[in-house]
Amino acid sequence: MTLALSGKDITKKIEKKFPGCVAEAAAESLLVKGEALSEVAAYLKNTPGLDFDYLTAVSGVDYLDYFEVVYHLTSIKHNHSLVLKARCYNRENPALPSVVSLWRTADFQEREIYDLLGISFTGHPNLKRIALWDGFEGHPLRKDFL
Amino acid sequence: MEIEEVYSSSELDRKEGKAINEFIAGHQQVIPDPDRWLDEELERNILLTSVDAILNWARRSSMWPVVCFPACCAFEFITTEASRFDLSRFGMEIVRASPRHADLMITAGTLTWKMAPQVKRIYDQMAEPKWVIAMGACAISGGIFRSSYSVVPGYNRIIPVDVYLPGCPPRPEALIHAIRMLHQKIARKSLISEGE
Repeated sequence: MTLALSGKDITKKIEKKFPGCVAEAAAESLLVKGEALSEVAAYLKNTPGLDFDYLTAVSGVDYLDYFEVVYHLTSIKHNHSLVLKARCYNRENPALPSVVSLWRTADFQEREIYDLLGISFTGHPNLKRIALWDGFEGHPLRKDFL
Repeated sequence: MEIEEVYSSSELDRKEGKAINEFIAGHQQVIPDPDRWLDEELERNILLTSVDAILNWARRSSMWPVVCFPACCAFEFITTEASRFDLSRFGMEIVRASPRHADLMITAGTLTWKMAPQVKRIYDQMAEPKWVIAMGACAISGGIFRSSYSVVPGYNRIIPVDVYLPGCPPRPEALIHAIRMLHQKIARKSLISEGE
């Protein structure tokens, strides 16, 4: 069984390296500030002992006050997992850094979130709609779409 | 001690040869054709019918559906095709992958606007005369997905529908009923009105 690592434990490690980057540490997840997402993600992937070499899923959530993007990370090497979250509070132009350069899996999933929620992923090599057609107006998974 | 032989291979060969010779001797006459009476009947009669009747009979007796199964109604269609409901009774057991071989489209499933141009293209490629059965709530009106941003609210937005078959999904009996209704519709067609 994959061991789900505590967000609080990982936060201690991250805070040593990048002070002030973690916005909220919970038992089952950790929330990082959007501008620090790239550095923290690279740290989680490349640090010996953590080695999150596999991105299981990326999901987007609309909480009306803000958008949240959830990254489910897994280490195949150590058989443990972690839930990483980031928020964007700008409803007009929500944006987060892309993690495609770290995990190729993120390519289609970030495109889907862009398609349905309208969150831009800066640094994505091919950010365009994936399920809906070019020219579709709006982002239908937003709570205020209808 | 010498082991007693249970059987000899030459003995087996002799038995087999005898059986074959007896079989040949017993099958020297041709078995009469069970349908031989048909020829006599046909020789005595002339069958008269109209062009419309024979044409419509031929058309409705061999309707081949095209593959157009975007969603879950397809499973009811598969059941209808399979041995229990046995759609080959109506001469339509062959589902064509090529629209050029097909004359019936059973629209079994929810259609999205992104998929719609392809379905329209398949329909356009089918040779005349052709018919459409809108199978299930989604095909009729979009069903529960009618107000969705991505679902076509009924196939009749893109292709003409001959028979509307309600249900979510319709049972195989219902599909067969719809096919029978289409048969009746075809039976009433006339070459004269078709030319208009």
